[in-house]
Amino acid sequence: MSNDLASLGLRESATYDRATIHAIQRAAETGVYDIRGWGAKRKLPHFDDLLFLGASMSRYPLEGYREKCDTDVVLGSRYAKSPLHLDIPVTIAGMSFGALSARAKEALGRGASEAGTSTTTGDGGMTPEERGQSRHLVYQYLPSRYGMNPDDLRKADAIEVVLGQGAKPGGGGMLLGQKITDRVAGMRALPVGVDQRSACRHPDWTGPDDLAIKIAELREITDWEKPIYIKVGATRTYYDVKLAVKAGADVVVVDGMQGGTAATQEVFIEHVGIPILAAIPQAVQALQELGVHREVQLIVSGGIRNGADVAKAMALGADAVAIGTAALIALGDNHPRYDAEYRALGSAAGYYDDYQEGRDPAGISTQDDELAARLDPAAGGRRLANYLRVMTMEAQTLARACGKSHLHNLEPEDLVALTIESAAMARVPLAGTSWIPGGGL
Amino acid sequence: MEALIDSVQVDLAETEVRDLNSALHSPGSKAWRVANPLGKHSIACGLDAPLTVDIDGHVGYYCAGMNQHASVTVHGNAGVGVAENMMSGTVRVHGNASQSAGATGHGGLLVIEGDASARCGISMKGIDIVVGGSIGHMSAFMGQAGRLVVCGDAGDALGDSLYEARIYVRGTVTSLGADCVEKPLRPEHLAELADLLAAAGFDHDPAEFRRYGSARQLYHFRVDNAY
Repeated sequence: MSNDLASLGLRESATYDRATIHAIQRAAETGVYDIRGWGAKRKLPHFDDLLFLGASMSRYPLEGYREKCDTDVVLGSRYAKSPLHLDIPVTIAGMSFGALSARAKEALGRGASEAGTSTTTGDGGMTPEERGQSRHLVYQYLPSRYGMNPDDLRKADAIEVVLGQGAKPGGGGMLLGQKITDRVAGMRALPVGVDQRSACRHPDWTGPDDLAIKIAELREITDWEKPIYIKVGATRTYYDVKLAVKAGADVVVVDGMQGGTAATQEVFIEHVGIPILAAIPQAVQALQELGVHREVQLIVSGGIRNGADVAKAMALGADAVAIGTAALIALGDNHPRYDAEYRALGSAAGYYDDYQEGRDPAGISTQDDELAARLDPAAGGRRLANYLRVMTMEAQTLARACGKSHLHNLEPEDLVALTIESAAMARVPLAGTSWIPGGGL
Repeated sequence: MEALIDSVQVDLAETEVRDLNSALHSPGSKAWRVANPLGKHSIACGLDAPLTVDIDGHVGYYCAGMNQHASVTVHGNAGVGVAENMMSGTVRVHGNASQSAGATGHGGLLVIEGDASARCGISMKGIDIVVGGSIGHMSAFMGQAGRLVVCGDAGDALGDSLYEARIYVRGTVTSLGADCVEKPLRPEHLAELADLLAAAGFDHDPAEFRRYGSARQLYHFRVDNAY
């Protein structure tokens, strides 16, 4: 169709492209702002803009399938009595029961456990399905405190204090009424069917000094056993990471603006926060200046899709990564088999982002029992485990090519950038030069 | 005096809070008395048994946080977030409480005999809170469930963005927050208020109070709400 129009000499405006025109028309017709799921869809500087310098004359590679290249990671060794020891550095990010079906949460737990990694609750509490199927479960401590209780806190393997997420730093969550079923409402102590707004700030502390006291309380309640993470959306990352360390975090999680959400205003998703590529060097610099890089582990997320992204994030200094959107795709989200149903909803396979509506044909971002039944948690878990294994093997392939016997041995020196923007953000040289644009902070 | 004799005595001038909490989390004595709290944080938090804990003096942040089943009494003032996220049991503060008292509490009874500061009962989810004096601004913000009883006055923006928590105030309210309105005090409310006052040990006439709750106009997103 577009080719036909081009042959007529028609030219689409770069400023007012079809999506922009549609957004204006939709706003004019409805009078409400657009709420959707997924993450930022705009083109951003990303890991694709980086390349590895494989070994040759001056470096010594490791044999592809045979030589040792370890992938394990320990999270929470700073203060916790029982840090997490994961087989792979790819974790599952926090996604709520409510946003996702209970079966989807179970599938995430099954897949993560099979691959030897952790999964994470979300803004809605811990379900028995999820706890039962997750070998390593991180329990999120959010501003809303929906479903927060000391019994589940003690059942958790780690606690993640969430200050924000990449899709909406500075904003609280939302879950629209069609997904607030009896069970979801019961867990959150909310009226059934209400358009739920989660608080954007914590109710009982107001700054990093208070947060230090809050974290100490959580440690007291759990007898200092659990690692405590602090998660922030990527914005003023250098300062946020320093303050998180000061507040006593065992692990800092930085989520870039490509990170997904179940429901947020489109304007928020696309216009707040910074790409993860720009955030990682800031976080690493903060940790290094405090002398705690590797002692306080860094998990990064927001657009991690494959083993190359994993390896590049780790080369920039992360200890592990987290995936959310990609994990849902592995479960079956946006699969072509549902294309006709996506189109009936005004979308298409590969484009579907209306997680807030609860009508997900793949049965993942829904509370509708019939739709949810489409996802077999065991089969979904196997797909996720396969995907996690592929990502890990891909990252190992790249690490071996760089001569590294552990993914953690990857370093910025292994990378170059394809664009000036990515070189400046990632603080690695533009390919073929020794030039790192920009002066850092 | 009998309680003093039967209680395990802990002096926080000599014992770390961490050791006290560890002991309170372990099976053992049901009655405890804590001396010299010295404003320390997280005293008696995470209790999960029908213990009785008396604290002689002022406590810092998060005293009796996430309490389940226990009865904790502060014979002094309490810092930020006393009884935060309480699930059950009773927490009583003989003095005043700082901000966020009873924040996100799911159950149990919190009694503050003096005043409470800002954000009292913020995001409350089923807890009952009775304040003998007055409360500060933004109290019961986003309150979801439970009852907040104020025998004195309430500050600005009471009950902002309220869900289903019910608020009773005997004195004046500086201002109501978004979507919070005064509602009729019907017989069932007088009855539950009488029960709450009795449980807290106050003898005010329930008819002297006014009831506030959600107008439920913010329950669904509309363009008019997008200010």
